[in-house]
Amino acid sequence: MIPGKFAYLAARSVDEAVDVLGRHPDEAKLLAGGQSLIPMMKLRLAVPEILVDVSQLADLAYVREENGHLAIGALTRESDLESDALVGRRYPILADTCRVIADPIVRNLATVGGNLAHADPANDHPATMLALRAEVVATGPNGTRTIPIDELFVDTFETALDPAEILTVIHVPAPVEHSGGAYLKLERKVGDYGIAGAAAYLVLGGNGTVQQVGIGLTNVGPKPLRARDAETFLVGQAPTEENLRGAAERAAAASEPVSDLRGPADYKRAIVRTLTFRALSRAVERAQNGGAA
Amino acid sequence: MSVEATPAQIGAETVAITVTINGTEHRAEVEARLLLVHFIRETAGLTGTHIGCDTTSCGACVVLLDDRPVKSCTLFAVQANGRQIRTVEGLEQGGQLHPIQEGFWEEHGLQCGFCTPGMMMTSVALLERTPAPTDDEIRQAISGNLCRCTGYVNIVKSVQYAARKLRGDDAEPTAGEGLEKPEDKAATTEGGAA
Repeated sequence: MIPGKFAYLAARSVDEAVDVLGRHPDEAKLLAGGQSLIPMMKLRLAVPEILVDVSQLADLAYVREENGHLAIGALTRESDLESDALVGRRYPILADTCRVIADPIVRNLATVGGNLAHADPANDHPATMLALRAEVVATGPNGTRTIPIDELFVDTFETALDPAEILTVIHVPAPVEHSGGAYLKLERKVGDYGIAGAAAYLVLGGNGTVQQVGIGLTNVGPKPLRARDAETFLVGQAPTEENLRGAAERAAAASEPVSDLRGPADYKRAIVRTLTFRALSRAVERAQNGGAA
Repeated sequence: MSVEATPAQIGAETVAITVTINGTEHRAEVEARLLLVHFIRETAGLTGTHIGCDTTSCGACVVLLDDRPVKSCTLFAVQANGRQIRTVEGLEQGGQLHPIQEGFWEEHGLQCGFCTPGMMMTSVALLERTPAPTDDEIRQAISGNLCRCTGYVNIVKSVQYAARKLRGDDAEPTAGEGLEKPEDKAATTEGGAA
């Protein structure tokens, strides 16, 4: 399959890329890892006239803790985040997430920023970032602004980013004591879109009850979903099996799956219930064993 | 054709690129939309890299880009400008099979052979990072490479054969090596770790 013709620019800086996007808002598209965009271009589902290649801007590929959060450069490859020692130790939910994205070879090119900015409800980082209450930083013609993750996803393949803005950094709050997170996904086979996925992150208070919780869901709606009712239900409660199951029930009710080749809607809702329960259970386990996201 | 890589003008649909494949520089003026796999097969004439699914699934087109396995059907040739590519043709040296090729031969790691170039390139990258992989690590590494003939058992054995050979450990496989179930995380090869 051959993509349509386009003009190619290897951007040498974020500013240069922003400039081209600003002058050609309707024609230009960013190329990062290309592992979603290029397949879409081969199918001619995407036919950009100008491709601005930012994939080799090395200064946007990093993972470091600073100012109370983990900063992930948008062009960090999934495989690099997956094998990052700091992430493995302090943010196992992120390693959980990377490990189930596409396949290991795709992860050598796929980027974390692209996984979010593509805004495919089947992508995995959105649910995790919702659970973690992350923020993204966007750079545009008027400088940078911070966008809370809850405001980023507008609809399928649609974000709050302006056409001339580039998602440059993701900020994940650093884990506090007695916090833990986990991400689980069910897929038919490696590389397929998930049937459903669930991310959970929680903080346990001094008396062992749930002080704060985030639950994000993958591929069960037109955009990545936050299971608000489930979160509200769990705050202030002890993380007993019964309460975690109660939250999982509410997450299943909040999901909006459609029947397709990956199964009927009821089946997917049942999967959400099971995965949410398991993700919460693992998050509690991790929280009780110390403090790691 | 310009020798230097030219930063493409907006509006330019062709770009002059230089890509080093198996140590040899290949220069060409290419359409920006040319996929790397077509550059390798048609421009450079190296047809050992296969096109299978053409949808980023099967891994028949895997090559190493700066030592990392990538699916060359899902990358534009211009993105490889100035970079190093290794393909299956670069494995054999001076008439000697690479240990991974020898492994596939000795352990019957292929039947039709279509997936083999991609399997071998992914495995070479694995062994460069992980000289003594468990069977589970091998299965994880090749989970983006599809084989419709072998059932993977002999492919895992082939990679273990190459791992032993590359470590200079010609001993017989330890009991169970190559026969581990995917879910069995027990490491059987740590004794020979490089």
